[in-house]
Amino acid sequence: MSAGTPKSLASSGQKPIQEICHPLGAEETASVLTPSPDVGNTITSIGGKTTRVEFDLPEYSVRRRYQDFDWLRTKLEDTQPTHLIPPLPEKFVMKGVVDRFSEEFVETRRKALDKFLKRVADHPVLSFNEHFNAFLSAKDLNKRLGLALLSKMGESVKYVTGGYKLRGRPVEFSAMGDYLDMFTQKLGTIDRIAQRIIKEQSEYQVELREYGPVYTTWALSEAELQGPLEGVASCMANCSSALDELTQDMSEDFLPVLREYVLYIESMKIVLKKRDNIQAEYEAKLEAAAFRKEEKASCTQVPTDVEKCHDRVECCNADLKSDWDRWQNNKRQDFRQLLTGMADHNIQYYEKCLAAWESVIPLLRDKQPQETETEED
Amino acid sequence: MMADSGSEEIAVIGNTDLTSAELENNIKNTMVEIEKWTSLLRKMEISVGEAEKRTGKNTVNMQEIYTVYLIETRPVDAVTEGIIPAPDSLWRRYSEFELLRNYLLVTYPFVVVAPLPEKRAEIVWHKLSADNMDPDFVERRRVGLENFLLRLASHPVLCNDKIFYIFLTEEKGWKEMVYETGFQAKADSRLKAMNAAFRVKNPDKRFTELKHYSDELQAVVSQLLRVRARVADRLYGVYKVHGNYGRVFSEWSAIEKEMGDGLQSAGHHMDAYAASVDDILEEEEHYADQLKEYLFYTEALRAVCRKHELTQFELEMAAQDLASKKQQKEELVTGTVRTFSLKGMTSKLFGQETAEQREAKLQVLEQQIEEGEEAVKEKNTESDEFVKTAWIDIEHFKDQKDRDLKEALISYAIMQISRCKKGIQVWTNAKECFNKM
Repeated sequence: MSAGTPKSLASSGQKPIQEICHPLGAEETASVLTPSPDVGNTITSIGGKTTRVEFDLPEYSVRRRYQDFDWLRTKLEDTQPTHLIPPLPEKFVMKGVVDRFSEEFVETRRKALDKFLKRVADHPVLSFNEHFNAFLSAKDLNKRLGLALLSKMGESVKYVTGGYKLRGRPVEFSAMGDYLDMFTQKLGTIDRIAQRIIKEQSEYQVELREYGPVYTTWALSEAELQGPLEGVASCMANCSSALDELTQDMSEDFLPVLREYVLYIESMKIVLKKRDNIQAEYEAKLEAAAFRKEEKASCTQVPTDVEKCHDRVECCNADLKSDWDRWQNNKRQDFRQLLTGMADHNIQYYEKCLAAWESVIPLLRDKQPQETETEED
Repeated sequence: MMADSGSEEIAVIGNTDLTSAELENNIKNTMVEIEKWTSLLRKMEISVGEAEKRTGKNTVNMQEIYTVYLIETRPVDAVTEGIIPAPDSLWRRYSEFELLRNYLLVTYPFVVVAPLPEKRAEIVWHKLSADNMDPDFVERRRVGLENFLLRLASHPVLCNDKIFYIFLTEEKGWKEMVYETGFQAKADSRLKAMNAAFRVKNPDKRFTELKHYSDELQAVVSQLLRVRARVADRLYGVYKVHGNYGRVFSEWSAIEKEMGDGLQSAGHHMDAYAASVDDILEEEEHYADQLKEYLFYTEALRAVCRKHELTQFELEMAAQDLASKKQQKEELVTGTVRTFSLKGMTSKLFGQETAEQREAKLQVLEQQIEEGEEAVKEKNTESDEFVKTAWIDIEHFKDQKDRDLKEALISYAIMQISRCKKGIQVWTNAKECFNKM
């Protein structure tokens, strides 16, 4: 379903990839549900094709569980600390609230995982990551899991909770932070509105389901009007099903994607924070070096570790800016797709209802013995 | 073929040189010919033009505000070449319409008399005002009253009624004229008869079926109207919430660069979508009114059935009375007492009656039998006449009902088609805006 064409990106200056060939498209095939000894883990099959030279075979097919995706993500965060790693769908789902084996839940999760892989595959740096390669092609990831658990409390944590205090954040990064906050707010509002609409539509549906049958009851007492009344009743039943489909589509396609974006925003915020900490670390070191410099008046060279720090800051800022641009672009495309999808669902709903009502008109007009008035259309 | 209710296009030729007095003369002359026409509408345009508020004192001498409706009439052939003279007009309030209808019910019991629109707004979806003074309600009532008059004017029997004609043409003194007909006494006895409990042995099956049908129709249309109102309520909610999208897209567009314009425009379409439901539901009220008219018609149907029962009952009573009188005569003649009577008992106790006494009794009885036979004959004719005329009207009503309700369903379907098309339009526009994001 969502295994569509890979997105082509307006990525900034990553020429080598474009020269190779089409970006890697990770195409998911079927999701396989296999209850395992421990409490239900869903296993996903990933099938994909690649034209990339790094991979041994042009085609591959592996089976992965959520844990594996989690492993991959952690690995990417560790090895590419300055980059934005796309988020995974929520790991823990409260039992009893959501049925972890329901078709809807599995499908929603599958789509989110698919999105994750696509985003990584589209990233000019992340897509070359060795762990990503392994994830897609290695028959057995299990060996690495042990290591993963140990390194979990790794570098990424350090960068997020670094104890350095930031002096002067460049304006553009502050603006990014502000934007993310406001954007989160708007998404929250949209989520609430969408939920409200679904609720109102459900209540409308309840009444509609009672309305149609009354016409059927009436038809029983009538002779000449029986056909027309029954026609109206069946028409309403059709509109009712169309409404069901709309509500379902919105619940399944729209809301989950919207919610998942909040996670994406969170990932971005974390990257911004990391950057802040790297800069703060640099500033602290620079200050300390300047202080030491005062004591040893002879030393004019900037210590190498400070320079390294400075480089790291510059590198981080550059990576962040390019990631930000990519993120903005993705966001634009994602929301364009999401909202046009919403419009499409609604258009389809109205088209179904229109067809139903238009088909009833000839039925209503048919039995009139004399047509003395002209058509009202 | 019965004349249709509804406006008819009639070509008219006239003379522009007529003075108003001559015009009036013309009208008076045509009045005489009214009886010849089966439909008043052939001669006269009728409309209920406006509504106004008046204040006045009511029957208990308290101040009240009430609405009056302007009835305009214009003889069709008084329309001269290109120049349409002003219509005659007068003001009537709702209670006068009620009086007219009651008069007609009493005077023509075999007619299914068209109902009046609601006095008070009932079965409305909550956003629509239930206030009698609300201009939308008054407007819908105006339309209903006009429809009522047109129904009467196109009815082959009712259109010839003089009281109806005066109702349309003379404002003052009409009420008094109605009461002078002595209809009040008839109305009272009719009311009593309607509420009386009696059992008919041999009602005409068609009337029994008709009564059954009118009960079913009343039940189902009431339910339909109630559920429809609830559906309208919910639909309103769905549309209006989309207005919130308008607001949030607008706010969101302010923090976006390239996406801003698309979002903003899409937001406007969402606002338009939310706003569109008001007109949609207002139009649907027209459908509800059409259903309501037939809901109220069931009462008139039941009244005619009731009248038949009453007539039939009176006939059966008269026949029963005659039969018992004949029985009594036979007993007197043959001397056998088949039925127990106190008189018989007392005569046994106090001695037999004389031959003269018996002869006198016999004569009385024979007189009574003769009268009784006349009465039965009369009642029979009355009953037959009623059944005949009522059934003609009922067939007429059934055809009208089938036609009208079919039209109502068609116009309802057309409303839904229009709503769907609007929905497609709005979302297509929004989609275009989203695509530009």
